[in-house]
Amino acid sequence: MSASPRLPVIQDAPAEPGAPFSRRGFLKTAASGAALAALAACKPAAVVEELERRNFKELKKDELAAILVRLEKRYSEEYGKGVTVTATGPMAGVNFGYGLDLSRCIGCRRCVYACVKENNQSRKHPQIQWIRVLQMEKEHGVDLTHATPYYDPELVPEPGHFYMPVQCQQCRHPPCTKVCPVKATWKEPDGIVVIDYDWCIGCRCCTAACPYGARKFNWAEPELPAAEMNPVTHYLGNRPRPKGVVEKCTFCIQRSRVGRYPACVEICPVGARKFGNLLDPNSEIRQVMERKRVFVFKEELATEPQFYYFYAT
Amino acid sequence: MTARPSFRRRALGAALLLAIPALERASEPTEATLEAPAGPLDIQAEPPPFTEGIFPCSQCHDRAVDAKPKQLAFHDEIQASLHHGPPSRWCLDCHDNAKRDFLHLINGELVPFTASYRLCGQCHGDKYRDWRVGVHGKRVGMWNGAKTYFLCVNCHNPHSPRFKALKPLPPPIPPQDQGFAASAPASAPEPRKAP
Repeated sequence: MSASPRLPVIQDAPAEPGAPFSRRGFLKTAASGAALAALAACKPAAVVEELERRNFKELKKDELAAILVRLEKRYSEEYGKGVTVTATGPMAGVNFGYGLDLSRCIGCRRCVYACVKENNQSRKHPQIQWIRVLQMEKEHGVDLTHATPYYDPELVPEPGHFYMPVQCQQCRHPPCTKVCPVKATWKEPDGIVVIDYDWCIGCRCCTAACPYGARKFNWAEPELPAAEMNPVTHYLGNRPRPKGVVEKCTFCIQRSRVGRYPACVEICPVGARKFGNLLDPNSEIRQVMERKRVFVFKEELATEPQFYYFYAT
Repeated sequence: MTARPSFRRRALGAALLLAIPALERASEPTEATLEAPAGPLDIQAEPPPFTEGIFPCSQCHDRAVDAKPKQLAFHDEIQASLHHGPPSRWCLDCHDNAKRDFLHLINGELVPFTASYRLCGQCHGDKYRDWRVGVHGKRVGMWNGAKTYFLCVNCHNPHSPRFKALKPLPPPIPPQDQGFAASAPASAPEPRKAP
């Protein structure tokens, strides 16, 4: 590493003995101080605190607790109900895996709307849906050039077609986290790729990097009716998002981290969705892998998803 | 290399061949133990309710009758919708003739309606094995704890088991129709000329 060429870096002039501070150092301090002072003058203290805080992963326990309390208070006032915001961490010895049976899915989109409801997605303007169900042709197999998400017949499944729901694949090598310039998104030890909405700057590099179209951007202020807001939230999951940040499936982090199945698994009328701990040989997802032919979407990209598709029949 | 390693490989292969069926026997349910999932925290779902007033069956069917298939003067709905396997399928293939409040297995063993999956498993052994370990069917609750597993009859009508088509929920709104996309420029910009 030391042999690699380095860009010329303008160093701070070493402080001369006697001089109280360097010019450069003075300017830096003055600029940031003035900015903060200006902010403090017009914004409540909480906002300043939020701007000054550190990255989620560097927060101390009490700092995080204070942030959660502040968010709970803010959301409870905004939505007129007792909103909880937790930051439950990953369980030891757990790595989540998801299975989706393509021979069962009928494309009814129950999962799409159960997800919207559970995870407080923006309803119509803008419309944000973490799950996208693709209708494909049996003749062509899994082929994105013969796929549409906009099918709308009277009844599904339509003859000659099959359905492939796509959501965040929780890759082991996620291209989205690599490109984030501010480290606002990362992969957790239980396999879930998360986003800190307070740290995201909305550059959408991750959205472009994701080969699955799983990341959605809030192009406008999200539309979340207070009556429909799910008050059980997780900091890295379904808490209300502001305009200008990216969001995506988190395997229902607020549910899965306390042992519950994700909402899409529970709503599926044909039982096509399987979820469990990849490290437990008796879990449903491991049983799927033992018994069925399993594949991952866009395997050639080496993203190594923790989301597996299979054909049970 | 000499013949030794190849012999060793063969011996190892033979040992594996012997071991694998034994392992399978240990984990797979045999015909004699057609049982529901056996986890300590597995909870059986309520079977769907009977049509009102229909159960117990013995209130009308109080004795065994001639078991030959025939057109019945009652149960019109079920007769009209019976699509399960070959056309020769008949009520008393599954319902017990003498004890009408029970189903029966091929071997004559009586099975209550709450354990109808044992009956299903006789013919649909592959689905049954998958269902027992959670690969087929649906479970709700905790992925690492108490969960409710649905029975065959919670999703499939036993008289007409093919899953019925559903009305899909609305498709997504294309981005350009969501009302906030930038409008297209009135005229295409001039193509840049090479200097």
